[in-house]
Amino acid sequence: MPDETAMPDELDAIQSVADDVVHQPSHPAPDPNDAHGSVYDGLLGGDPSHWAFGTDFEDPLAGVDTTMPEGVDAADLGTYCLMLADDALIASQRLSEWCSRAPDLEDDIALSNIALDLLGQARLLLARAAAADPSLVPALPEGSPVPAEDALAFFRDAGEFRNVRLVELDNGDFAVTIVKLLLHSSARIAIFEQLVDSRDHVLSAVAAKGIKELTYHRDYAGRWFLTLARGTEESRRRIDAALGQVSPLQAEMFATHAVEARVAAAGVGVDPATVADAVAVVLAQVFALSGVDQPTKAPLAAVQGRQGRDGMHTEALSRIVGEMQVVARAHPMGQW
Amino acid sequence: MTTTTATATATATATDDATRIRERALAAARSVTDPEMPMLTLDDLGILRSVEVSGSGAVTVAITPTYTGCPAMATMRDDLVRVLGVAGFADATIRVSLSPAWSSDWITARGRQALTDHGLSAPGRVPVRSGPVALSLMPTRRELHCPQCGSGAVELTSEFGPTACKALYRCTSCLEPFEHVKEI
Repeated sequence: MPDETAMPDELDAIQSVADDVVHQPSHPAPDPNDAHGSVYDGLLGGDPSHWAFGTDFEDPLAGVDTTMPEGVDAADLGTYCLMLADDALIASQRLSEWCSRAPDLEDDIALSNIALDLLGQARLLLARAAAADPSLVPALPEGSPVPAEDALAFFRDAGEFRNVRLVELDNGDFAVTIVKLLLHSSARIAIFEQLVDSRDHVLSAVAAKGIKELTYHRDYAGRWFLTLARGTEESRRRIDAALGQVSPLQAEMFATHAVEARVAAAGVGVDPATVADAVAVVLAQVFALSGVDQPTKAPLAAVQGRQGRDGMHTEALSRIVGEMQVVARAHPMGQW
Repeated sequence: MTTTTATATATATATDDATRIRERALAAARSVTDPEMPMLTLDDLGILRSVEVSGSGAVTVAITPTYTGCPAMATMRDDLVRVLGVAGFADATIRVSLSPAWSSDWITARGRQALTDHGLSAPGRVPVRSGPVALSLMPTRRELHCPQCGSGAVELTSEFGPTACKALYRCTSCLEPFEHVKEI
């Protein structure tokens, strides 16, 4: 839109109509003596639509160019989108557990904001997965209004989730959460920096936008890592313990799954192995400034050759998925 | 010759009408305010990307989210449809435009002024990036002034605030807290 374009005079009338609509109170100002008045009257500026704020189902990809790129298997693209979506969804759900119980108000707000960004990324990616391969979407009773993105989030079992195991790990103390966030956001930002060149319009757009958000996430985690590492003896003890606990799950983020290899070859996805070195450089900066040794613990082994991307998870995932899904599963028709 | 002139005049009139109709739709869409920062219109925020009117009078509006998880998108869509409806455009479709990603640089001069007038600090220019995103382990340095007292002595409380697009600051002169719309 051009900045500050002058509006022709004859449009003043229509402008004032529009202004009236926006500013018209839907009901009279609250009267404390009126038994029918409410303390909430007037809080929302009288715009009637605001009473339904954020309550409706909505297709997050409405109006986006969702043409499928040629030369990539639809099932592969769908599964790849699920992988990126599930990383964000589970990380978001875990971070949300801090809401109302973080060490202080600012961090409560920060972690919730980060969770919200990741949830937004997950929604777009789940919707994209469903569009690419509808067979991925669990069947719901006929007439259910639950959209595909929600069906994927709430009606798959833990074994169908494709996230890396690092994000499902319990929050632990604040230091564990910070280490998880640092390692995950560093890897995700590096992958997104390549994903912007995807031939898939949706993946490319999600990546371009996601980079801006992840920049704040990674800086937040990095600063807290530094603060805890150089803080007190106790905070240092905790960050060391957290690194020891989380770092065995780091390698999995850079292990190439067959689906990732194929979508990367098709110019649609990113082979995570190709960003491992760049991520290591960034993390080395954090470790050096913090005076922390590079973690040397051996990676957590795959189970019969299977890891998170194959649907093989730790016990923590079944518990968090159970909690996340319980309400939706109790009401598959979306009504109660 | 006469016929040609008449045709040309008719064409010109049709074009004028189309332009007027589009301007009406544009004016209506531009009047819609942001649900979370109602002192700003969607246009001031740079969220309103385009307004097109078809030959049959159907309006298509493109908006873009500030942050991927912005919970206000549905409300913005409903507000646009309602205001356009009142302005006589019953057939309005709201599209989401994900690319190019929203930048705080798109907030208009009027929008920045409205932010300041309401005690919020407007974003500075987004730094131009080349190569990988640099990690920043020190607090982000911004040249800010307290929107209450104008003092430049301010400190960052948190990079995350009450909505996804704001950071929290405190003025060390007048001691008032304030919100800063983040550069993104």
